[in-house]
This record gives sequence, C-alpha cells and structure tokens, in this order.
Amino acid sequence: MSNTNATFPSASGGAAAVREYHVREHHPEQGTLLGFWIYLMSDCLLFASLFAAYAVLGRNYAGGPSGAELFDLPLVAINTAFLLVSSITFGFAMIAAQAKKLGGTMLWLGITGLLGLCFLGLELYEFYHLIHEGAGPSRSGFLTAFFSLVGTHGLHVLFGIVWLVVLMFQLAKHGLGAENMRRLSCLSLFWHFLDVVWIFVFTFVYLMGVLP
Amino acid sequence: MQDSFDLTKLIFGRLSWDAIPFHEPILLATFAGVLVGGAALLGLITYFRLWGKLWHDWFTSIDHKKIGIMYMVLGIVMLLRGFADALMMRAQQALSFGENAGFLPPHHYDQVFTAHGVIMIFFVAMPLVTGLMNYVVPLQIGARDVAFPFLNNFSFWMTAMGAVLVMASLFVGEFARTGWLAYPPLSGILASPGVGVDYYIWALQVAGVGTLLSGVNLIVTIVKMRAPGMDLMKMPVFTWTSLCTNILIVVTFPILTATLAMLGMDRLFDTAFFTNDRGGNAMLYVNLIWIWGHPEVYILILPAFGIFSEVVSTFSGKRLFGYTSMVYATCVIMVLSYLVWLHHFFTMGSGASVNSFFGITTMIISIPTGAKIFNWLFTMYRGRIRFELPMMWTISFMLTFTIGGMTGVMLAIPAADFVLHNSLFLIAHFHNVIIGGVVFGLFAGINYWFPKAFGYKLDEFWGKVSFWLWSIGFWVAFTPPYILGFMGVTRRMSHFEDPELQWLFQISFVGTLMIAGGIGALLMQFFMTWKNRKALRDVTGDPWDGRTLEWSTSSPPPDYNFAFTPVVYDNDTFADMKKAGWKRPLADYVEIHMPKNTWAGFVISAIAMVIGFAIIWHMWLLTGLAFVALMVAIVVHTFNYKRDYYISAEEVTRTENERTKLLEAHV
Amino acid sequence: MSSQHHDHHGHHGDPLHGHTHGDAPGVHYSLKDYTTGFILAVILTVIPFWLVMGNVLDPSTTKYVILGFAGVQLIVHMVYFLHMNSKSEGGWNMMALLLTIVLLVIVLSGSIWVMHHMNANMMPGMGDAAAVTGHGNHDMQ
Repeated sequence: MSNTNATFPSASGGAAAVREYHVREHHPEQGTLLGFWIYLMSDCLLFASLFAAYAVLGRNYAGGPSGAELFDLPLVAINTAFLLVSSITFGFAMIAAQAKKLGGTMLWLGITGLLGLCFLGLELYEFYHLIHEGAGPSRSGFLTAFFSLVGTHGLHVLFGIVWLVVLMFQLAKHGLGAENMRRLSCLSLFWHFLDVVWIFVFTFVYLMGVLP
Repeated sequence: MQDSFDLTKLIFGRLSWDAIPFHEPILLATFAGVLVGGAALLGLITYFRLWGKLWHDWFTSIDHKKIGIMYMVLGIVMLLRGFADALMMRAQQALSFGENAGFLPPHHYDQVFTAHGVIMIFFVAMPLVTGLMNYVVPLQIGARDVAFPFLNNFSFWMTAMGAVLVMASLFVGEFARTGWLAYPPLSGILASPGVGVDYYIWALQVAGVGTLLSGVNLIVTIVKMRAPGMDLMKMPVFTWTSLCTNILIVVTFPILTATLAMLGMDRLFDTAFFTNDRGGNAMLYVNLIWIWGHPEVYILILPAFGIFSEVVSTFSGKRLFGYTSMVYATCVIMVLSYLVWLHHFFTMGSGASVNSFFGITTMIISIPTGAKIFNWLFTMYRGRIRFELPMMWTISFMLTFTIGGMTGVMLAIPAADFVLHNSLFLIAHFHNVIIGGVVFGLFAGINYWFPKAFGYKLDEFWGKVSFWLWSIGFWVAFTPPYILGFMGVTRRMSHFEDPELQWLFQISFVGTLMIAGGIGALLMQFFMTWKNRKALRDVTGDPWDGRTLEWSTSSPPPDYNFAFTPVVYDNDTFADMKKAGWKRPLADYVEIHMPKNTWAGFVISAIAMVIGFAIIWHMWLLTGLAFVALMVAIVVHTFNYKRDYYISAEEVTRTENERTKLLEAHV
Repeated sequence: MSSQHHDHHGHHGDPLHGHTHGDAPGVHYSLKDYTTGFILAVILTVIPFWLVMGNVLDPSTTKYVILGFAGVQLIVHMVYFLHMNSKSEGGWNMMALLLTIVLLVIVLSGSIWVMHHMNANMMPGMGDAAAVTGHGNHDMQ
C-alpha cells in the first residue's frame, strides 16, 4: 500500500529521534467497491421507505381487491426463479472473468441479461393484467404501495440490464483489465443486491399479502 | 387544426404566457433587477474574456478545492435570495394589522415563506457546509483529492441545478405555498394543482442526488485516503464530524428521495399514498419526511461543531480537551438523531406512549451536545485566547446556540409542545439553533479557512461590523417571536387583527434590518478584502499558528495539495510537526498522479434540470428527449477510460521552488 | 490509444490493462460458493411458497416462519453471493451493513408503531380493514 520509511524513536526513549514526516510515494487504496457498497446501503434505505409505506398502507383496500384476490403465486414463483438463476449465472460470469476468459464472461453476462428481461417481461405482464382488471396503482392505498414497491424494484432491474449491456460493449472494447474488473464487481454487487430485495418483496408483499 | 393543438400541448405542456407573472409588480421589479445585474455580469465575463477560464479552470474542475469554493459562492448567492424572502416576511408582519393588509397578498406570502425555508436549508446551509467539508477534509487528512473526483463535480452541479429550478420558479410559474416540507393533502394535486409543488419536488430531487453522492464520496475519502499513520483517533475533529455527517447523509437522503417521489406519484399518476380517499394516509408523509428531517438538521450542525472544535483549540493555543469524548459524543448524536423524529409532530395524535418515548429520546440527545460545550470551555480554560474573528463567532455561538438548545428541550416536553407547536416560539427556537449554531459556525469557518483558500485574510474591520450586527441583530429579531409564541401567535401568518401585538413585530423587523446590515457588511468584507488583498497577504500558509495538516501547505495550496504525502504520528498533526522542528522538503520531488477535468458533470446535471423542468410543466416530448439525452451522456461518459494524468516532477519542482523563494523573501 | 498510459515507473499500473496501484486483494469467486448458495436459496424459497400456497400451517405461524426463512436467505445471499465477511474493506463493509440494518429496523418498526397509533387515535374504526372489505380481522403488525 504505502511505503513508510519512518524511523521511530528507540525503545529506550532517546532524545533526538529522527522521524520521517513524509513518504516519497503514496498510493491511496482503491475506494470504488466500498463506495459502491455504501451507495447500495443508501438504496436499501430507499427501499425501506417503500416497504414502510407498504406496511402502513398494505391493507387499505378501499373496498377494492386484496392481495389474496389478485396475486398469482405460481407466476411470482417463476419470476423468483428467473431472478435467482440470473444471480448464479452472474456468478458464473464472475468466475470466468476471474479466469480472464472474455468469451465465457460475455456468454454468462448475456444469459443473465436475458433472464433479467424475462423477469421484467413477466412482471410487466402481471402489471398489465392487474391494471386491465381495474386494480391499477390509483385504485387504493394497497395497490399504490404495491405498484411503487414492486415497480421500483423492476426499474432497478431495468437499469441493471442497461448497465450490463453497456458493460458488455466495454468489455468487448477494452477487455478484462483492472478498470473493467472493478466495474464488473460493482455490477455484481448491484445484481445480487436486487435479488436480496426481491426476497423481501416476495415474502412481505406476495406471500404475506395472500395470507388473511 | 386538432393536430396542431395537440402538438402545442405535446411540446409546451401546460407552459404558456400565463406562467410569466406580468401582473406582480414585486416580481417584475425583481426580474428587471436580475436582467440588469445578470447582463452586467455576463458582459463583464465576456469583456475580460473569462469564459474559457471559467469553463476550463472552474466548471469542469474535479479539484476539491475549486469545487469547495464554487459551493461557497452558490451558498452565499442563495443567502441573499433567502434573506430577501425573510426581509419581506418581517416587513409584511410588521405592517399587516387590522385594516392594513400589507404589501404581500396571502398567495404570494405563502410562496415567500416556503421559498425562504427551502432555500435556506437546501441551497444555503447544505452547500456552505458541503463546500467547507469538501475544501478542508482532504487537506486535513493529507490527501490529494477526494475518492471520486468526477462524482464530486457532478454533485456540485446537481445542487446548483436544483437551485436553478427554484430560482426559475420566481419568473416562470410559481413556487409551492405549502411551507418548506410540503405536507399533503395541501401539497397534493387537488389542493395544489399548479406547478409550485412540482418545482419544489424536482428542485429537491435533483439537489438530493448531488448531496447523496457527495456523502458517499466523503465517507470513502475519509476511510480510505488518510495519510499513513493517521488512525481514526488521530483525525482532526472536523474530519470526524464530517465523517458522521456524511454517514447521516447517506442513510437519510434516500428517505427524502422516496417520500418526495411518492408525493410526485400522487400528483402525476393519481396514486393513493397521501390522499384523503382510497386508503391513502397523509400522516404517513409527515412521519416519513421527518424521519429524514430530523437527521437533516444534525447534518447541518455537526460540521459546525467540528469547526468550533478546530477554532477553539487553535485560538486557545491548546490541544482540544477531551478528544475521545468529543468523538464519542458526535457518534452518539449521529445515532440518536434517528430516534427523535416524532417530536416534530407530537400534536398529530400518536398518543401518550409514543409521545413519551420520543420526548425522552429528544431530551437525551441534548446531553452529548452539552458535553461538547463543556469540552470547548475546558479547552479555553488556561489557554492563551486570541479573539480573532473565528473565535469571536465561536463565543457568540456558545451564548446563542445554548439558549436555543434549551428552548428545544422545553419543546421536547410533549405537554408543552401541545401549546407551542407551530407557534412563533418554535420559529424562534429553530432559528436560534440554526443561526446561532450553523450560520455562526459557517462564518467562523469562512473567516478561519479563507486565508488558506485564497492566500490573504479577510478584512477584519468589516468582519467585526458583520459580527456585531448579526450577534445583536439576531436577538433583536428573534426575542419577540419567543414572547409572541408564548402568547399563542401562530406561524406563517400574513395578517393579524390584534394591534397590541404589533410593536413586537416591529422590533423584530428592526432586528432583521440589523441582520441585513450584517449581510451587507459581509459583502463589504469580501469586497474590501479583494481590494486590499496585497496588504492582507499571508505567504506562510499558516496565519493562525494552526494545529492541523491543512496549514502545512501553501495558501492557496498547489493543485496536488502535498508534494509528498505526510506521515502522521499524533493528533494535532501540524502542531506536532512544528514542535518537532519539521522543515519543508526542498528537493527530490516526484511526479504526481492526478485526475483530469471533465465536461460530464455539468452536462449531465444540466440535462437533469431540463428533465425536472419538463416534468413540472408536463412537457412530455421534452421529457422523453431529455431522458434519452441523459442516458446517452452518462453512457458516453462511462466510455471515457482516460480520466487521469501526471504532473511531471519538473512542474512540481517549479511550483515548490516558487514557494520556497516566496517564503525566504518574507522571512 | 492506451500507450500514453504505459508509464515509466514499473510499479504503477495502467488502469486499462494492468493492475492499478493501491488495489486491495480482490474477492475470490468460487464455483462451490455460488452452487452452495444457489441450492440453499432455492430450498429457502420453495418452502415458504409451499407453506403459503398449500395452506400448510395457520396464517399467523406461517407469517413468522416465512419471515424467518427470508432472514436466513438474506444471510445466504450475503455470504455466498455478496461475499460479505467481517474482513472485507477493513471491516467497513460489515459496519455499513450493520448500521443500515439497525436504521432499517428503526424506520420500519418506528413507522409501523407510530402510524398504528395515529390511525387508532385519529381514524378510529378505520384501522381494521374488516369494516371495509369483510375479509376478517387483519393486523399489520
């Protein structure tokens, strides 16, 4: 990390000890991954606000349909599977990147992106279906909170996919150097984080939503 | 016929000539003033051919020092706007009794007090605090810049663009009339169908992104970029308070973003978050916004506490008393600030158990602050105190803020708050702590660090004029509201019936005029400083016999801050170095790795501002296009891998030799 | 293009192609970690879905059980996918995570507690969705 040529006073506590007050060359540690992790923590709290809104408004059906009446759990299970599998395919991409295999990295990234698109597609289908049935986001406090929480998660996935595509172009252009590895690591954190949020979405919103 | 009508709507949304306030004389006069002044400014820049310099040296700079200065300029400019609002309010309230309706009709007055609060918090206090942290922290920890220099530039421009949106609301459309926190249902689409609340939402969303990223930036900077030997417990106290402040920013601002987004969705997409019908809950907004709001005021005050710690120890010539307890007190305040939010709405009906809990936590949080005051006093005890301006501001803070804090503890008692909530007593309390704490702290910090940033001290005479006008003016302006609040007068009123109260409002107005004088004196201070800069010059880089690392550099520091990264052995690092007979290294310089300037921060922020403007006015075509442009700009920026360069050893040698010559000439 | 960045000091790095100076030792991605994590996550997902869709336990118990499973799956993701441990970034990652979780709990439980009391005091009779939907007594805690 840094070369400190500091001479410290002798153990006997001698008088004129020579201290080096400067270091000739100093290279501060890379902060990107810590910074990105901290950003993810802030994103956690953004979702916390949405979860709090859902916790407060989640039973305000306003005479309209409830979760039990609306939620299609098999569909949600399939979507969960898409996301979970995409997490592991991203993992395979990282393993390939670690081994400096550009082709493998691109392949697994591509599959991850496709699975992400399947997730989004199915979610859009679900939303369309709900709106079509008159259970849109303006119907009730419950549906408002539902659409905004699940929708925000979906938006994050969309941004993740855009980022993934851009990164694939950048990998093609610049290969698996240090900078791109850093970017891959950040996207990896982002992608897994979205899966973590989804755990709580399917638990709090869907599974608990159908329970009386 | 039908087609062209729709096209107009697609392009212009609800923007029309009606949006320009042709029938408001005050606004027209202001607009005329802005046009003249703005034209003069732009003319001067063009005449002196400064555009190139402005763009290359300042707007695209990723240097934390330049960015810090730009934040300060933004804050001071917005102070003038926010204070103009204050003057108008005080004048209106001094005049408007009985038959006399004053000069501000209610719909205008409501915008004035809303804008006053929003501007002072988001576009004066936050930028000034962020600017100081940005400038000082890397220097204090022996670093060459922050962890993410491009993000730093971007953060500044997002804040500035938020300010642009607020200012635009003056002349195109209107601002919110809801108070600075915009509670629904008043801020909902039914009660506020106009653009005012939308301006509010988007100005804050844009600025909020900037603040959040700045928070991430400074945390990583402090964690990762400290000079070798600087353990956490050897950091200067200002750096500690900056760390805690930025942690608070990171964990708090997302809640503001989410809550404002919910309000925006209610207004735009007819959702039912905070509506009265369909299962919405307006109280949820109040709850969430104050979960943000309370930590926000600690975000403002903690850096000020850090400034005071530096100033007190420097101008007492002594190490700070109780460093460890100061650090712990700061961390405790940081965590506790998240447990008191309900005291802002004791009266909303959550009941005795909830109110008691939050009343108690609110009282507990005053304890670590008290500990800090004692530590400062003990530092001063038996010190050799120099009453330079920074120290004067600190003493005024101690007297002013402490009283404000005590009135806060009074308000913390739910039963008392039931009487005093939203009265002028509350107004007096928070101005007491914000002006006495944050503003006085910022003035102390500005006077303290100005010589470092520019190489000459601030004019002392005008500084003292400003100091006395502010210190006395504050009490003249805000003692009447304390009294009036006790008598039951409510906040945000533009008209009163009881003539017995008028004299108190008039006294308050006199105080406001004194503060205006204080601000005028501040501007004179800047002007006279610039005029007499040769006489006020400091070449040593250490005009105050400072104790921390920033004073070991030249004033202003070179782009790279330190030719060699320092090694740290003790607290009060520079004091320690001076005591050990440290000499500046004079030779053997090496090349230094630095980040490059970039256009991306400015451009992306400008597009974000356009998106905000477009959404406010329902200009959907522009929104879509601007959003695409935003994505393109961001992606293009990420394709730039060449973001750094090296300052050659020769150039470093040249710069350092110049300084050596200067120091020798002035010995 | 990148030749300008090949510098003259051996130990500096070209950020594009080489290893930059100051890089901390990276995370090690292993097939074993991902597979184990995946299998655990699948189990921890399938069981809650089965419990709810199959009406296996009574609703109140089910709620607590699936919450518990979510918590465990969170840890599985943290450890196996996010490579979270107390050493990464000198312990700062873990500290940031812990602080975030604490504040998350405060925001969620605080909001629920406060809003429940608000609703009960200020909108009596509206708190239960029972009157509104006839679906029985639900409790948001």
